[in-house]
Formats: sequence, C-alpha cells, structure tokens
Amino acid sequence: MTDQTDRAPHDAEMIDVRPEGHVPDTVANAAATPDREQPYGALGLKSDEYEKIREILGRRPTSGELAMYSVMWSEHCSYKSSKIYLRQFGQKVSPAMKKNLMVGMGENAGVVDVGGGWAVTFKVESHNHPSYIEPFQGAATGVGGIVRDIISMGARPVAVMDQLRFGDIDAADTARVVDGVVGGISFYANCLGLPNIGGETYFDAVYQGNPLVNALAVGVLRHEDLHLANARGVGNKVVLFGARTGGDGIGGASILASDTFSSGGPTKRPAVQVGDPFAEKVLIECCLELFRDELVEGIQDLGAAGISCATSELASNGDGGMFIELDNVLLRDPSLTAEEILMSESQERMMAVVRPEKLDAFLAVVAKWDVETSVLGEVTDTGRLVINWHGEEIVNVEPRTVAVDGPVYERPVAYPSWIDALQADGASSLPRPTGNAVLREQFLELLGSPNLADKSWVTNQYDTYVLGNTALSFPDDGGMIRVDEETGLGFAIATDANGRYCQLDPKQGARLALAEAYRNVAVTGAVPAAVTDCLNFGSPEDPEVMWQFSQAVEGLADGCLELEIPVTGGNVSFYNQTGTSPIHPTPVVGVLGVIDDVAKRIPSGWQDEGDNIYLLGTTALELDGSAWAGVVHDHLGGRPPAVDLAAEARLAQLLHAGGDQSLIAAAHDLSDGGLAQALAEAVLRFGVGARVWLGEVLERDGIDVATALFSESTGRVIVSVPREDDVRFRGLCEGRGYPVARIGVTDAESGTLEVQDVFTVSIDELRSTHRGTLPARFGATIGE
Amino acid sequence: MRVGVVTFPGSLDDRDAQRAVRLAGGEPVALWHGDHDLKGVEAIILPGGFSYGDYLRAGAIASFSPIMADVVDAANAGMPVLGICNGFQMLAEARLVPGAHTRNAHQQFIRRDQRLVVENARTDWTNGFTEGQEITIPLKNADGRFIADAETVKRIEGEGQVAFRYVGVNPNGSMDDIAGVTNARGNVVGLMPHPEHAVEEGFGPDTPAAMSSGVDGLTFFTSVLERALAK
Repeated sequence: MTDQTDRAPHDAEMIDVRPEGHVPDTVANAAATPDREQPYGALGLKSDEYEKIREILGRRPTSGELAMYSVMWSEHCSYKSSKIYLRQFGQKVSPAMKKNLMVGMGENAGVVDVGGGWAVTFKVESHNHPSYIEPFQGAATGVGGIVRDIISMGARPVAVMDQLRFGDIDAADTARVVDGVVGGISFYANCLGLPNIGGETYFDAVYQGNPLVNALAVGVLRHEDLHLANARGVGNKVVLFGARTGGDGIGGASILASDTFSSGGPTKRPAVQVGDPFAEKVLIECCLELFRDELVEGIQDLGAAGISCATSELASNGDGGMFIELDNVLLRDPSLTAEEILMSESQERMMAVVRPEKLDAFLAVVAKWDVETSVLGEVTDTGRLVINWHGEEIVNVEPRTVAVDGPVYERPVAYPSWIDALQADGASSLPRPTGNAVLREQFLELLGSPNLADKSWVTNQYDTYVLGNTALSFPDDGGMIRVDEETGLGFAIATDANGRYCQLDPKQGARLALAEAYRNVAVTGAVPAAVTDCLNFGSPEDPEVMWQFSQAVEGLADGCLELEIPVTGGNVSFYNQTGTSPIHPTPVVGVLGVIDDVAKRIPSGWQDEGDNIYLLGTTALELDGSAWAGVVHDHLGGRPPAVDLAAEARLAQLLHAGGDQSLIAAAHDLSDGGLAQALAEAVLRFGVGARVWLGEVLERDGIDVATALFSESTGRVIVSVPREDDVRFRGLCEGRGYPVARIGVTDAESGTLEVQDVFTVSIDELRSTHRGTLPARFGATIGE
Repeated sequence: MRVGVVTFPGSLDDRDAQRAVRLAGGEPVALWHGDHDLKGVEAIILPGGFSYGDYLRAGAIASFSPIMADVVDAANAGMPVLGICNGFQMLAEARLVPGAHTRNAHQQFIRRDQRLVVENARTDWTNGFTEGQEITIPLKNADGRFIADAETVKRIEGEGQVAFRYVGVNPNGSMDDIAGVTNARGNVVGLMPHPEHAVEEGFGPDTPAAMSSGVDGLTFFTSVLERALAK
C-alpha cells in the first residue's frame, strides 16, 4: 500500500516514486494523450455525451473533468430528460402568479413574499434510492440536504415534513425500511431542532423494491436577508466550511479510479452518505450569523456532486471564473484521490464566497462555532473554472458547460399500451353494499387499512414543539407555523400525491394532487400561495414512463395556471422501478399558504357540543381508483374523479372568509376514503362524537349510501359551525354559490359516531380500529 | 428579573426558554457556553437540545463547557437553576442534582403531551404549584430514562427531592416514574419534560377546553420571578 498522507507540494522526483496509479491526470497530460481510453460508460455517460465533452474541451477530458461532467450531467443533477417539460412551469404564468414570487425555479429553493417584510422559502426533494439501500442514513441525509438548500437562501429553517411511500405493509422487508426511514428522520430532524409538521405515509406493493423518501423543508427570512448563491467579485475568496470531506457517496469515482488508475483496485466505499445532524445544526447557526453580520457574498450548499457541483454552479451564476487549489480541502480520509474529492458527497458542508477584507471576521465566526474551514481559491475573470492539484492543473473548463449547458433530451414518448384497458375497467362493475351490516363492516375495514389508519407510530417519534411556533401539525390536514410573533402572521403547508389515480391518468392524477394539497391548505384557513413538487417516476428511457411524466407535468403546470399559484421549485426523481416495472407515477405536490394570524387557524376535528356539521360540495359516483375499490375489492381501474379547479378556488375563498370571521370551528378535507373516513377522523381528533344524516345529500345528488360514504369526489370539505354562527355561515355559502348541506351535529356526550339509519360505532371502536394497524406490524406505538 | 439562558453548540430550545421567560414577565438574557460571564443574571436556565450531538453521553461534554464552572458556583451559592431535558442531563453530569439518564427503555425518541404530578411545590421553580397538582407538559427525548442507585433513590424519595413524577404513562422507563428532581436546597431543579413548550395559548399541549391551549409550564417561570420579588 502507498502512503498518500504526505501532502507535500508536488515535484518531479515525487511523481517518480509514486506508483503509476496515483499520478494526477493533468490538462497537459490529457492534451498529450488524446487516445487514452476513459471509463465514461461506467460513470453513466453515453458515448455521444463523452464525444460532446471532447468537443467542448477540444481534447479529451482529464479524469477529474470526466468525474465532474459525469456527475453534473447525470439525470439527478442535469434534469436532462425532464428539462424540456419543466419549462412549462416558467412559461405558464400569469402576472398574479409573479406578484409575490421573489425567487422562482432554478435557485436552491423558491422564495415567496408573505407580507410584513417576511418571506418564506420551501422545497421538496427526493432521497429515494439511498433510503432503500440504507434506510436510516438515506432518510437522515435527505433531511440534511433539503435543509441546507433552505439555509443557502439566507433563511432560518423552521419546519420539515416527509412524504414516505413504502411497499406492502405485510411484506417481509417493509418493517426494515419503515423502521430505518422513520428512525433516520427522527434522529436527524429532532437533533436539528426542526419541528416535523406533516407529511404522508403510504403503503403499496408498487414501492416494494423502490420506496419513496421525499423530504420538504421550509425556511423564513426577512426580505433584506435574501441571498443567492453566486461567485461574484474578482478576487473574492472561495471558502469550504463544515464537515471534512470523506469518501462517502462516491461509488462512481471508485469506478473511475479502478478503471483508470490503481491496478490493485481501490477500497470499495459506501455509496450512501452518513449524516451528522449536530454538525448541521452548528452549520445552520454559523451560516445565519455569517449572513447577519454580512460576512459572505453568497453560500452554496454541497449536496449531490459535492465540490464539482458547488464550484461549477457558483462560477456559472457569477462572474464566470474561479480558481481552486484542491489540496486545500480538509480531508477526513487522506487517501482520497482528486477525482474522489471532486465527487464526494460528504454531508454538512457549505461553500462561501467572501470578500478578502472580510475573511478574518468570517474565520472568527466560523471558529466561534468550532466549524472547520479552508480557503480553496478565489473568483477570477477568466471565464474558466481551473482546479489545481499538487500544483498541476487537473481541471480547466468553462463552468456553464458543466453546470448549466448539460445535455437536453427529448426522449421518445409512447401512449401506454395497457392504459385503455385499465381505464375501461371501472369500479362500477364492483358490487356496492346496500345492507347496513356490510356498510359498517366496509367502513371499519377502510378505517383500519394501512393507508387510512392512524400514523402515530411514525409521528410520535418526531418533535413538533421545538421553536415554539407550531400552530398545526399532524394529524391536521396541513401543518402551520407562526412566522411573526408580534402579528401572528404565518404559513400553512400540505403535500399530496395519489399514485393510483396517476396510474389511471397521470395528467388528471397530478391535477388531483394539486387540488388536494390546495384544499388541505385552505381548510386550515390559509390562502394558498405557491407550489413545490417532487416528481417521482420510473425510467425516462421507457417511452411509456416518459409519456406519464409529460402528462403529469402538463396537468400540474396547467392546474397551477388555473389556480394562479406559481411553482417555485422542486425536484425530479427518475429510475424508480424494480427491473422493468416502474412505480405508479407519483408527483408529490406541496402547496404553501399564508394566514394573517395563526390564531384564526381552523382545526380538523370537532371540539364542542352541538355544532352543526355541514358538507360543502356535491358527491358523484366516483369510486374508480378509490381507497374503497383498493381495500375492499383489491381493484384499480377506470378514471379518477373529476376536478374543477375554479370550484376549488371558490371553496378556498369560502373557507378563508369563514375562518377569518371565526365562523368555522373545524374543517376537514374529504379525500381518500371519502366522507366516512373524514367523519371518523373529525371524531377521533379530539374524541367528540357526532350524529349524521345523509338523506338530503342522497336526494340532492341522486346517489346511494355507499357512494355517499366512500366516493372520492373532489371539492368537498366537512365543517362544523357553532349554532350562533349558523345564519352567517349559510349566507357565506349562498353568497359564493357553493353547494352546502347540513348533515349532522356534534355530540360530545354520546361517545359514538352515528350515521342515522345506517350504523353507529363507538369512539372506542373507531379508535382501536384506527390505531391498531401500524403497531400490529411495527411494534407498539410509543407512549400509548 | 434577568434570567440567563445558556446556548451550547446543539442547543435547540434555547430561544423557546427565552420566550417563556419573557411571557412570564422576566427579562431573558442570552448566555454563551464558551464564556465565563453570567452577565449579572439572577437565575439560569440550561435549555433542551442535543448539545454536542449527545456524543459520549447526553449532557456530558456540555457539562465541561467554560460557563458551567460559573453555573455550578452560582448554584452552590443559591442561584435558581433550571435544567430542561438536555439541561437536566447536564445538571446530573455536573452533579448539581442526583441521578443520571440512559436511553429510553423502548429505545426510540418519543414526543407526547405528558401528565405529571408535582411532588415538591417548595422549590424556586415550583412554588406556584400545589403539592399533588397534576399538570400537562410536552415531553420529547431519546435519553430520558432517569436512573440512580437504590440508596440515592431512597434518599431523594425520603427527603422530598423528587420534584415531578410521570402520571398515567411512564414514557421512558424512569425509576419510580421520576420525571424531575431538585437539589436539597430547592434552588436547582431538573426535569425531562419541556415547560417552555406550555407557556402560550395556541402553541401548548391540547386541553379538554381547546386545542393547544395548555399553559401549565408558565408556572415554572412565574415561580422563580415571584420568589425573587418576595425576597
């Protein structure tokens, strides 16, 4: 073995004593050896992409340059298959959508003006593949990564939430993944001091070999504190700070090393990064102090593609040139090669651009927080990103060619051969129950089914209290955080996706996810304002998957234009499949809303005796793709429910007005499981029962009892209204022309949910049915 | 009254503790772990969090922070000191209160609204309660299991140094359901639940009256303020 710990400056003699495997591949060497074979295929580059790199450089790339291009031109970093579709989010915008948008797509995270000089930044990202290989660290570092995006905008992170999709709850491997993922999120976010205020936990066999772990973070900042990550100002220092660089997340670079360099073969390194939330917590406070004291021009987080990404993006977004001495990177593992350092995805690292005269003050703040730092280089006006290693130039590229002008593909799309047959097989062929005993049985079967069951097993492991501003969290429809302690100004946020609907019709499914997230924000009393998305799909090289993707993006972009709320950023995750079987298309849509005073928030459950219960919206026979079809009949087919986004907007205005005038005691969205599930959840939220009658709805909408209970028609919410506010509330509905029917009254004494002439279930039975499902598979819910 | 809140690397609920002091009518003063400066405060809070990532043992490294020497001196001189969660762990590590903490018996992090009974209402931080009063305070911890040797448990039980006990559910396997303890003098109190998260209507635990309306925690902070005024 060679001892590589010696970092003495390179000279000719030293090269001679090093084994051939460790000679750095310099720019001069690349020019001199144009025919050397390079392992671009093993790094994930196609031959035409490799040729393109040669064309850009006018020579073959050095191994370091090849490492950089390969990671930055990967699907994950370059969005090469999705770019042509994602443009719609920037094109389909109205002036109203731009009004409050301070930073749109393309930055680390979008920023929305929420009034009073405050802004909110938020984004959702995927960490799917690492979380299957190593659930705990994969999920933990997913949280860490998205939080660093928020910090780099100059914001204080204030909340997280996670969208989790696992395999069949009864499959042997599911408990391993669930336990690891939830434990990892709990470990990282709790230790970071961020309240976890919502999210999704979903089980379906389509995610068995490819669980989805999406993480969302929200940050808050004053307008004047907004920072964009760019490298401007020739002579400004480029500084790397935070954790040391180690060998994690560089599976690709190891391939490079094994094929190019060492005949003995390198140590196999873990492809999954390891997280240290304590280091990240210190980094948050350190960055906020650096911003506050105006000691940095900009900060870029290091995530995927590490230093390759940070240097090329900072340079592209700035004056265009940068010089880096890679030897100055502080290493956890001194045996790393230059290529590995360029590709390392070690966590909890940041790169800052600092004016020379502020460097001492910068270093003092960083030292106060015991964070390690090294100056790597400086901003130049050469238009080139130049990286030296042991005194020799190993990278010399135009940064935009790495970070911005990557390949763009218009992949073939094909209408799925199977979809017509699937859509033709609707749920109308399934027997709908008419007898009361069967209706009761199916209601409870749904209530205890894995996707509708209580998720306390998961959420009891998350801190919701820290920071002291959590106004709503699970199991309410949306999370809500106070932004301004003086005025009560706050935001609400909710995410949704329904892979079953998207499998039936991806365009409609994306619109449904948008409508539901929008409605979940509206029921809290907040006004929906902006959108983030995490688009989880199979392989883009499968034309049918690409068709699903194109449909979903179109549906989402059109829907946002209709609702006039902008998409501010997000993430695409392709290659979610097992063998040739892709997951159901799963576009997770997050909607952010604003509320003037969180004291006016609307809870999702009933608290008081004798409030009237109203059903807003109408119900049609829409059971295709429903939870009822899936749970009771193991059926997926037909066409998903219709969506009327204009009606959703009217409903949201109605809810906001009702909340603002304090007319609404509780509001709960109807979605998976329909009215029956919503009633049960509203009862269970605070243990207050209800008497419900369906007669008026059955007659008005021309439906049967099963449809009334289980249909998943959109635009529906149940609200409870104190009797004294009844007239004003009805006036509000009539004024907006929104369908409303009084369907019941809350009953704190009975201890039951009674659906008159159909069934009565005690709250105890509801609770044991709802709460028993996850503990039966994963062990007791802690604290119960 | 000036009440100091010490921030350590990895402190999480420090600003929450400051807010609680303010809502109780006191003046919160931010203290830094690396200083030897108590800035003239009359009481000190060691807040919750994961100081130093809980490395080695929860609270162990922080208990050697420079400011802890000053905190120990002040506590021994009678200054009121409250340790919350990670702060409780630091107090135990610094031997200002009896006992120690290990991983929760069930091995998981837990967050819940926890019922407690006040066992000692004579300390600087609990005199606004009555003995036997039941209160609800949010709890959230990974290493919250209180342990001590049999002799110590017998002594603190006998001498009224158990300040709080868990009611209904023992959430972490603590011995004798002990949720919080005091030193013999009653000026130093440590507990695992977080009173600073039950001080403001709308952001506390649920109560039968309304969602998030629990403010039982406020009494910790008003207790210390009112006793100072009475002196």
